[in-house]
Amino acid sequence: MKKYWSFFRIRFSTGLQYRAAALAGIATQFFWGIMELLMFAAFYRWSPQNFPMTFSQLANYIWLQQAFLALFVLWRMDNDIFSAITQGNIAYELVRPAGLYAMWFVKNAAMRCSSALLRCIPVLVVAVFLPAPYGLTPPPSLQAGVLFILALLLALATTVCLVMLVYVLTFYTMSPMGIRMVAVSLGDFLSGSVIPLPFLPDWLRGVVELLPFAATANTPLRVYSGQLAGAAAWQAVGLQLFWIGALVLLGNLLLRRALHRVVVQGG
Amino acid sequence: MKAIRAIRLYGKFVSMHLRCAMQYKVSFALTMLGQFLTSFSALLSVYFLFDRFHGVEGFSFSEVLLCFSVVLLSFSLAECFARGFDRFSVIISNGEFDRILTRPRNEIFQVLTHTVEFSRLGRLVQAVLVLCYALPTSGVYWTVDRVLLLVLMVLGGVALFSGLFLVYAGFCFFTIEGLEFMNIFTDGGREFGSYPMSIYGKELLRFFTFVVPLACVQYYPLLYLLGRDTSFWNYAAPLAGFVFWLPAWLFWRVGVRRYKSTGS
Repeated sequence: MKKYWSFFRIRFSTGLQYRAAALAGIATQFFWGIMELLMFAAFYRWSPQNFPMTFSQLANYIWLQQAFLALFVLWRMDNDIFSAITQGNIAYELVRPAGLYAMWFVKNAAMRCSSALLRCIPVLVVAVFLPAPYGLTPPPSLQAGVLFILALLLALATTVCLVMLVYVLTFYTMSPMGIRMVAVSLGDFLSGSVIPLPFLPDWLRGVVELLPFAATANTPLRVYSGQLAGAAAWQAVGLQLFWIGALVLLGNLLLRRALHRVVVQGG
Repeated sequence: MKAIRAIRLYGKFVSMHLRCAMQYKVSFALTMLGQFLTSFSALLSVYFLFDRFHGVEGFSFSEVLLCFSVVLLSFSLAECFARGFDRFSVIISNGEFDRILTRPRNEIFQVLTHTVEFSRLGRLVQAVLVLCYALPTSGVYWTVDRVLLLVLMVLGGVALFSGLFLVYAGFCFFTIEGLEFMNIFTDGGREFGSYPMSIYGKELLRFFTFVVPLACVQYYPLLYLLGRDTSFWNYAAPLAGFVFWLPAWLFWRVGVRRYKSTGS
């Protein structure tokens, strides 16, 4: 356990070095959030009765999404791992006295945490001071706040599980490009990163909400503002736990099969 | 005479890049498919939002699609042919720009011919398909002047986006690295330009008219196409995309002047 904690710490502090990049990222995310809010505001003005949540709930959703973007965007993957797999450096990874899955998992989680930590505070602080329906408001109850933090951590775990699956599948396809592009574009939409899932038509939403993608960004962002509350919120958290279990199992299974036949061409 | 030679040379470069891409046909096709799929989520979100709200700020679904396809079309063309500027941080950091400066051709010309990425046209396919749907359904009465205006919108959009890439590259002279915040205007312009810029409110519309003239290649000419405001200014608005090249070019010149090689 201690070695994985060290992996986490090393990656975490490496990530904290990229401060200039974080600053540029903050500006981008802030502007992106404002544009998105204004776009939804236009739709709200056009027909408020069709809005599936209150506008303030949407504002909370968007600001938290921008603040914690690094935790659950799918396109954030570790290029070192891809090149390790396709170019043979995987041999070095395999001789380390650590489980491949656990090691990569911890490294990815750490990378995301440091990046999110650098970016979230300025975005959140500014968002709090925005005028009424556009700003970030505190969660409606203490319970929602606590549940949000739990769901946020589980969303991070689910995201890393999904990314791990992409790494593992690269053993089979040898080129990450295709699967990566499809996973990212599909996953972004299905996790509610493009538009929140309640904006989808009901027939589609029922299916999408059961998928592992919905267990990422979608769950914590909606729990926070009370848009998912009570039994529905607990159900969503339960679903997160289920998907983490299933994805870890699947990932490990596929990885073991891949490692069974892995060939490292000398060089 | 000089211009003709430049164009001929450019054509040679384009055919070279095309043949280059065709060496890996499967990979090319897959990347193109990937590009096609990536921009699909934007279209889906527009579709589902209209499915729910039926309109926005007086614009219907097909009218917005007209706007969406023009912006996507311009963006993908600009990204395909001006990709060299998008990847300029690489050209600067590996010292290739030193080599460019020693050659007897304009630097912008050389960066333009450095990379032409045809796989980026995957998005273009989608934009064309959407345009084909929007052309008859948008309710525009297509006359010669309106068709010309549509072409002008796309050309103005290509000029604007490539101008933005030029500014992005210009920043690399000062920072060596690419700056993420320029994505606000390039990627952001593509995403948020899906809707007529007027929906974001007066202040932003003003910004996107006079600073980054994105509204000039979509919102104003769209009003003309739909016959809502057929003033001369709305017709001429897309030219602002070309005007944008002037400050972008000046900024780039300043960058080239103070360029110091990274030495590697």
